[in-house]
Amino acid sequence: MRSKVIINLLLVAIVVILAVAPLYIMKDAEFGGADAEAEKAITKIKADYEPWFSPIFEPKSGEVESLLFALQAAIGAGIIGYGFGYLRGRRRKQDEGAA
Amino acid sequence: MKKRTEMIIGIALMVVLMPTMASAMHIMEGFLPPVWCISWGVLCIPFVVLGLVSINRTARQNPRVKILLAMAGAFAFVLSALKIPSITGSCSHPTGVGLGAILFGPAAMTVLGLIVLLFQALLLAHGGLTTLGANAFSMAVAGPLVSYAVFVMVKKAKGPRWLAVFLAASLGNLMTYVITSFQLALAFPAEVGGFTVSLEKFMGIFAVTQIPLAISEGILTVLIFNAIVSYAKEELTHLSFFTKGGLNNAQ
Repeated sequence: MRSKVIINLLLVAIVVILAVAPLYIMKDAEFGGADAEAEKAITKIKADYEPWFSPIFEPKSGEVESLLFALQAAIGAGIIGYGFGYLRGRRRKQDEGAA
Repeated sequence: MKKRTEMIIGIALMVVLMPTMASAMHIMEGFLPPVWCISWGVLCIPFVVLGLVSINRTARQNPRVKILLAMAGAFAFVLSALKIPSITGSCSHPTGVGLGAILFGPAAMTVLGLIVLLFQALLLAHGGLTTLGANAFSMAVAGPLVSYAVFVMVKKAKGPRWLAVFLAASLGNLMTYVITSFQLALAFPAEVGGFTVSLEKFMGIFAVTQIPLAISEGILTVLIFNAIVSYAKEELTHLSFFTKGGLNNAQ
C-alpha cells in the first residue's frame, strides 16, 4: 500500500517536471500556442490565404479566456471528484455491510 | 505596384490574424478551406452515429456504468483545458480521450470528444465550428481508435496493464496531432516540395511539441485508471470489454 503511494507521487512529480523543465531549458521562447505557429506556417506557404470564417464568440481578453479555461477544468474536476467520492462511499458501505 | 499589394495583404492578414493569436492547438476557425471542412465532417458522421448507439446500449444494459462514462468525459474536459509548456518553446494541451476509449471503446469517445470540441469552439474561440469536423476526426476519431487498438494489442501480447494504459493514452494523444499535421499539409501543400514539405513543417510544430505532453497524458491516465480499478471493480466487470478476460486476468 505504502509503496503504491510513493510510486503515485513519483509519477505526479514526473508530470510536473515535464511541464516545468521546458520553461528553464527554453529561456527565450514565448510559449505561445502551437496553433499560432501553425498560422505563421500557413501564411508562409500560402501568403494570400485568408481565413474565411471567424469565431462567432471570442473571449474579450486573455483574462476572460483564462476564466473560461479554468471553468472548463473546474467542471471536469468537479465531476471526477463527485464520481470518486460516490464510488468510495459505496465501497466503504459495502465493507461495513460485509463486516 | 506589387510592393503595395503585398503590403495591403500583409496589413489585412495582420488585422484578421491578430485576434485569433490566442493560443490553441486544434485547427483554427476559418483556417481550413471549405472542401476539407466538409470532407472531414462527413468522415466523422458514421463514428458519431456508432458512438451514440454504443453509449445508449451501454447505459441501458448497465445503468451503473453511467458514472464512469461521466468521469471519462470529465477527464477529457479537464485535460484539454490544461495548456502545458513544451520543449519546442510553445504550448499545447493533452486530449484525455484515451481513458474513455479504453473503458467504453473508441466510438463512445467520439461523442464525448465532440462535446469537448464544441464547448471550446463556441465559448473559447479555440478550434472552430468550420474546422469542427477535422478536429473531431483527429481528436475524437483517430486518437481514440489508436488508443483502443494499442490497448488491445499490448493486452494480447500479455503486457502489464499499466503499460497498456500508458501506451494507449500517450500514442492516442500523439496520433491526434499527427493527424492534425496531415490535415493541414493536405490543405496547404508547399509550392516547392508539396505535401511532404508541408507535412514536415506542421509535424515539427504540432507533433514534436506534443511528445512530452503525450508522456504526461500517459502517466495521468494510468493514475486515474488505477484509481477507477480499485474503486469501481463492479462497473468494470459490467463492461463487456473486461469480461472477455483482458483486465481480470492481468490482475
